[in-house]
Amino acid sequence: MKYLKFITIIAVILFASAFTISNNVSGEKGYDIGDIATDFKLKNIDGKMLSLADYKDAKGFIVIFTCNTCPFAVGYEDRIIALDKKYAIKGYPVIAIMPNNTDVMPGDRMDAMKARAASKGFTFPYLMDEGQKIYPQYGATKTPHVYVLQKTNKGNIVKYIGAIDDNYKDAALVNTKYVENAVDALLGGKEIKDTKTRAIGCTIKIKK
Amino acid sequence: MKYLIVCCLLVFVSCKNNKKVDEVFNEEVVVEKINRDDIKLEIYDFNGLEKFLNQEDYNVHVVNFWATWCKPCVKELPHFETLNEKYKDKDIEVLLVSLDFPKQYDKKLKPFIVEHNLKSRILVLDDVDMNTWIPKVNKDWDGAIPVTLIYNSKKRQFYNQTFTYEELENELKQFLN
Repeated sequence: MKYLKFITIIAVILFASAFTISNNVSGEKGYDIGDIATDFKLKNIDGKMLSLADYKDAKGFIVIFTCNTCPFAVGYEDRIIALDKKYAIKGYPVIAIMPNNTDVMPGDRMDAMKARAASKGFTFPYLMDEGQKIYPQYGATKTPHVYVLQKTNKGNIVKYIGAIDDNYKDAALVNTKYVENAVDALLGGKEIKDTKTRAIGCTIKIKK
Repeated sequence: MKYLIVCCLLVFVSCKNNKKVDEVFNEEVVVEKINRDDIKLEIYDFNGLEKFLNQEDYNVHVVNFWATWCKPCVKELPHFETLNEKYKDKDIEVLLVSLDFPKQYDKKLKPFIVEHNLKSRILVLDDVDMNTWIPKVNKDWDGAIPVTLIYNSKKRQFYNQTFTYEELENELKQFLN
């Protein structure tokens, strides 16, 4: 009986560590500035599938990995809406992608995404990264995590990676609007000053 | 027969309940001692926090960045508490750096500390200029939490991962030799 208990414990430890290891090996590095970002076909909150290629007239995209359940992401919702209102008409629409595993985060399920988008009045698509295939290719690690892409003949080129601005607490106290600066630079044909920035965010949730 | 078992169970449960009342009562007394209103948070901006990341002494420092809203952080927090407890006679210091939002300090962070009876030293980092301070903690950290820094006077290791207790203890042991 004692042996059985011992063996069970060992088995549980082995089992658990096997999974932890496999998680650490996921090791895709994701995009750097200048890389060509993949297009995708993901389900939107309206039930339709959406791709970047559907935007024939876009000059580029503000792709934001975000979700319902992260306080940082929620804190930025109004600013994400503002970005879309300001830049969609200039050719840079916001495309929001929810990257979390919804078994781990039930608050990010499609029905919850729809409800959140409706109550906040999202003006942009809010897509589900079903199967979690897209965010690892981009190299997103957290929510919110922004990728500004510029559309060219070669594809959508990554021009900016990082945070929306430098004050998560208070939009009124922001000193540098990183994403706006990046898109303004692209629209004006100028060099982007900060191409990569960092911010605290919620880890993208995967199934253990 | 069935009734008898149920009756026995009821008696058993109620006995247990009586005992529980005493325990609960005692516990309540203890809880009252660490009332959340008595918790004085140590709040720093990054300039203030930086000295805790570069202490020059004989100790091994285990610094975990977490927040009450971060699910994987909360899940691994007990491992740091266990480590702190188990190695309290050794020269190690566990620091839990909370990144909770200031408006949540009273509403969430303090109740969390009380509820989970956290014994490790808790520091609170309140500094919005993340793009400046995140790379100062580690150049490869992009801001997702949890992360952990273990260092002593000779070496320094940054972990962009979550830990099981065994993994955490194994990492610590490499610093204890």
